[in-house]
Amino acid sequence: MTAAAATGGVPATVRDPGFYGYLPYDDRPVIRWPNGARVAFWVAPNIEFYELNPPRNPARAPWARPAPDVLNYSYRDYGNRAGFWRMLDAMNRCNMRGSVSLNVAMCEHHPEVIKACADHGWEFYSHGTYNTRYLMGMTEAQERAVIQDSIDTIRKHTGQKLDGWLAPALTYTERTMDLVAEMGLTYVCDLFHDDQPGPVAVKSGRLASIPYSLEMNDTIVYNVNLVSPRRYGDILRRQFDRLYAEGERSGTVMCIPLHPYLIGQPYRLRAFEEALAYITGHEKVWLATGLEIARHFNEHYYDAFVKAARPVGEAPGPDLAGAAGRDSDRRVAK
Amino acid sequence: MTLPADYLDYPLRRYGMDHDRYDWSMLPQRPPVAWPNGARIALWVVPALEWFPLNMKGQPFKPMGAMQTAYPDLRHYTLRDYGNRVGIFRVMQALDAHRIRASVAVNAAVAVRYPALLDACVKRGWEVLGHGLDMDHLHHGGLAEDDERRLIGESLAILRQASGQPVTGWLSPAKSESFATPDLLREAGIDYLCDWVNDDMPYAMRTRAGELHAMPHPIDIDDATILVQNHHTEDDFRDALCDHFDLLYREASADNGRIMAISLHPWVIGQPYRIGALEAALAHIMGHAGVWAATGSEILAAWRAGASITGMPAGGAPARSR
Repeated sequence: MTAAAATGGVPATVRDPGFYGYLPYDDRPVIRWPNGARVAFWVAPNIEFYELNPPRNPARAPWARPAPDVLNYSYRDYGNRAGFWRMLDAMNRCNMRGSVSLNVAMCEHHPEVIKACADHGWEFYSHGTYNTRYLMGMTEAQERAVIQDSIDTIRKHTGQKLDGWLAPALTYTERTMDLVAEMGLTYVCDLFHDDQPGPVAVKSGRLASIPYSLEMNDTIVYNVNLVSPRRYGDILRRQFDRLYAEGERSGTVMCIPLHPYLIGQPYRLRAFEEALAYITGHEKVWLATGLEIARHFNEHYYDAFVKAARPVGEAPGPDLAGAAGRDSDRRVAK
Repeated sequence: MTLPADYLDYPLRRYGMDHDRYDWSMLPQRPPVAWPNGARIALWVVPALEWFPLNMKGQPFKPMGAMQTAYPDLRHYTLRDYGNRVGIFRVMQALDAHRIRASVAVNAAVAVRYPALLDACVKRGWEVLGHGLDMDHLHHGGLAEDDERRLIGESLAILRQASGQPVTGWLSPAKSESFATPDLLREAGIDYLCDWVNDDMPYAMRTRAGELHAMPHPIDIDDATILVQNHHTEDDFRDALCDHFDLLYREASADNGRIMAISLHPWVIGQPYRIGALEAALAHIMGHAGVWAATGSEILAAWRAGASITGMPAGGAPARSR
């Protein structure tokens, strides 16, 4: 009997996704990055294509305004026409490779952007097909098709095997993590529970969570928290300084997720570039890609982290029929 | 909830854009554009003169500056009017000090209600841009095309009569458009449109009545965005303008210019405690050699004369089949 059938046709929900056990920050296996680095630092530009008039997903409207939302559409388009190229130059000046969170339809729409990233040795991972096609409500077959599309498109246009995942516009089903692991991906950026990598409990495969950061994400910083460019530069330095200090004891991860339409605006670039130069100018920083971090973690620490994880207790509370029992099934790590 | 099977159909997944309004084009790969006298930066200042009716409906959405409280919202109504009575004259003083002629986007209702204000703009040699009827008549997808055509026609007729200018530039209220807006504007004699924020330079748009140009009028380098929406300080606003200018100035050269556009709302920047931020930024900008303060029409004319990519080149876009 399916979960939905057990609850009379209403889709069952769970109280806890159960993707990880509990690992206290001060009592877990110690991470050592290559060459004595304290921080594994990576930059994740989200290279995105937003459609002007996409089909409607009942769970989320693509745009704040009725179609055509030319203001918000063109704001995003700025990233590909202008902002990306400025961001690329700033990254190059700091010898920093990007790990591209890619709406894979960009490969067809704007192959010049893809080539520029590939020419600089950047990694590509998937951020879905378009940033205006959401996973909520997809059947398993549809969701598999989206993941396979990403695998195929990235291989065809870049020659790379797809290893990483950040769901399009951060939209999910309950199956998303299981499916990307089963289909051969290595890491996800969707979980924000830690400053170090960790194992993700999935039905099959070996999946690592690599710290991305909403706090450092320019979309959150600029579009949600509405901060000034110079303040963003300050935030990045403060974040780095702390993680660098703590990384002496056990290696930490710092990610700067970017969006060219935001960071590539002329009035924002300098403060970002100065912060990037500050970070990359430190000696004990590993300038890495998402996959490089995931591989190092999976090879050296994944098993130890699984072993060290504490069981999570069953929360008290109302017995949500069909839900309470499902909370912890997933968390029994392999 | 499930999604229909065709949710994963992508009929417009192809080279270039997912529409035909304009072509995909990368800023750094364009031919250089030389401004008059080897200027590096064309400075384009665009204040907006707006009228928000007290009983506005705010459909299909409330634009920035809309009434907020239960009717009658006297505080917001009168504060917006403050911009037209007082604030704009502080902006004029700030611009006059550097002999900067603005391109002023005017709701037609403002031209009718306050002819003296329009005269003050015209007398300064400012260019008048169409800015719709008022802030409660948005152009949007739910508007019948005939209604939108009338809205555009009436707005432009009022402004052209009142200003004595041809009025060839247009900024839609709240940068809101229908799918037909660029077509209707071109049919009404508009040469350039200021709604799209996807570029730092002009570019050509297709309409059913021929070519229209998009001009890079910003949403970010805008007093309402930074000071009202983002709650930044006046110093932050000044810094944003200076940082923006500095980067464009570095990026530009005597034979490849850039445009710095500043969007202003007199009810925001015209407050006594804020106007100094604009004055400080303008002093910084105008203190540089090679800054050409001009109107939108002048900048577009120079761009069209100097750029070899005016027009929508027949072979400009790679084959769609890629």
